[in-house]
Amino acid sequence: MDWVNAIVQGILLGGLYALFAAGLSLMFGVMRFVNIAHGDFIVMGAYGALIAVAFTGVHPLWAMVVVVPGMALLGYVGQRVLLNRTLGDDILPPLLVTFGFSIIIQNVLLEVFSADSQKLQAGALETASIQITDGMNIGVMPLLIFVSAVAVIGGLQLLFYKTSLGRVLRATSDDQDTVRLMGASNAKIFAYATAIASAVVGIAGVYLAMRTNFDPSVGPARLLFAFEAVIIGGLGNLWGTLIGGIILGVAQTVGARIDPGLQILAGHIVFLIILVVRPQGLFPKMKG
Amino acid sequence: MSEPILQTKGLEAFYGDFQALFGIDFEIHEGETVAIIGSNGAGKSTFLRAITGMLKTTAQDIAFMGQNVGGLSAPNLVKKGIAMVPEGRKLFPSLSVEENLLIGAYGRSGTQWTLDRVYDLFPILKERRHHGGTELSGGQQQMVAIGRGLMSNPKLLLCDEISLGLAPIIIKDIYDAVPKIKEHGATMVVVEQDVNQALAVADRVYCFQEGRVSLSGTPGSLTKEQISAAYFGLEKRGAH
Repeated sequence: MDWVNAIVQGILLGGLYALFAAGLSLMFGVMRFVNIAHGDFIVMGAYGALIAVAFTGVHPLWAMVVVVPGMALLGYVGQRVLLNRTLGDDILPPLLVTFGFSIIIQNVLLEVFSADSQKLQAGALETASIQITDGMNIGVMPLLIFVSAVAVIGGLQLLFYKTSLGRVLRATSDDQDTVRLMGASNAKIFAYATAIASAVVGIAGVYLAMRTNFDPSVGPARLLFAFEAVIIGGLGNLWGTLIGGIILGVAQTVGARIDPGLQILAGHIVFLIILVVRPQGLFPKMKG
Repeated sequence: MSEPILQTKGLEAFYGDFQALFGIDFEIHEGETVAIIGSNGAGKSTFLRAITGMLKTTAQDIAFMGQNVGGLSAPNLVKKGIAMVPEGRKLFPSLSVEENLLIGAYGRSGTQWTLDRVYDLFPILKERRHHGGTELSGGQQQMVAIGRGLMSNPKLLLCDEISLGLAPIIIKDIYDAVPKIKEHGATMVVVEQDVNQALAVADRVYCFQEGRVSLSGTPGSLTKEQISAAYFGLEKRGAH
């Protein structure tokens, strides 16, 4: 039963990782651009939630009302003002600029909030659980996060396949040059993509703040989990990213079940194995 | 005759330091179909890339509907009413046939050309509308590319090498659509390597050679000798 429990908890944890990864996957899919500061943006969202809660005293979930649009706006402006200037034939400038971003964000957060570990108190939600069988309980919060992840990815999928914005995002992903002949400016489309990705980052940030302790330095580790989920699932496939997150989550909880020290390592090992066996990921959608 | 819908005066274009166009004077009037012929590397595609804003030009070189439009970005030119059917079709592989057509209307749309009108023009596309854009045969893909260009309801439609790599029977199918498109009052520039096809469809012809206009006129007024001289080189050389 313990093993089943470990797997179930791992699946739920995978929801959080999928939320970490969805924005990264989307930005890479549309712009072929890897945001090294992605994890730090998530942490920024978490601190945003911290501020919102500190000022208003509302339940952390309500912080999303401010954090999600705030992050989306920040993403839009950041893409238009800064990141668009770095995109071109050379893949190095965006990597360097976002790497610089990562360091700047960490240090600004350190300066403002200190290195103290923080956590948002979610009240009764934190301990609430649903009993499945005698030996197994599912926490309401992990379940909520998992359901949110499915909803976010389902929503993104609808956006991509059922709306005209989604159509032009996919076309841009196919061929940035030709899409300009359709009247779509790359700069604008990229900014929309980053805004959507940043909204998801905002959701991930609030959940991060509610579920675990965080401090200014935890961003890069979230980036790593996000990366692994995207690669495991296959580039350009959002449902694949969800599966990737779940595989990573299960590997970690099962690893922890074997030996508590093994949790993080087990995830990386599974990632490496998949990378060796199927370098294109489990469900790749993107060619070339 | 009225003001030309598009006019270039001394248009030059560069790829880095390499000059590809050397002062092109070109004009097209509303309702006209103009063909541009010339061998590989004559500058035909470069000319279209310059008009559509895919290649940087200076402001004074291009006038569209009486306005200087040189230097504008490609999306802005689409909004003004210039659409392009690019060489090699360039359909979006992750979009279905119907989505490929719909995206043509992203930057600009109108009532003249709608999804239904395009399906009337190319009925086979309606049957195949849920297929992936690049799963169709070359000729059908070319129909999608033309339909996609029409979906923006352009005032000027530029077609780059629409017969390239297609079987003669399919080229005929594609060119059969041109008169129907013209019935809707379209103004078209057709870039062609196939001289006979170009002469058959065009009201006027420009021949490009090494980045310059080497000949222009109506199909009836040009002799075979003039055209082959303008096409292959101004003086007869060796075996040609």
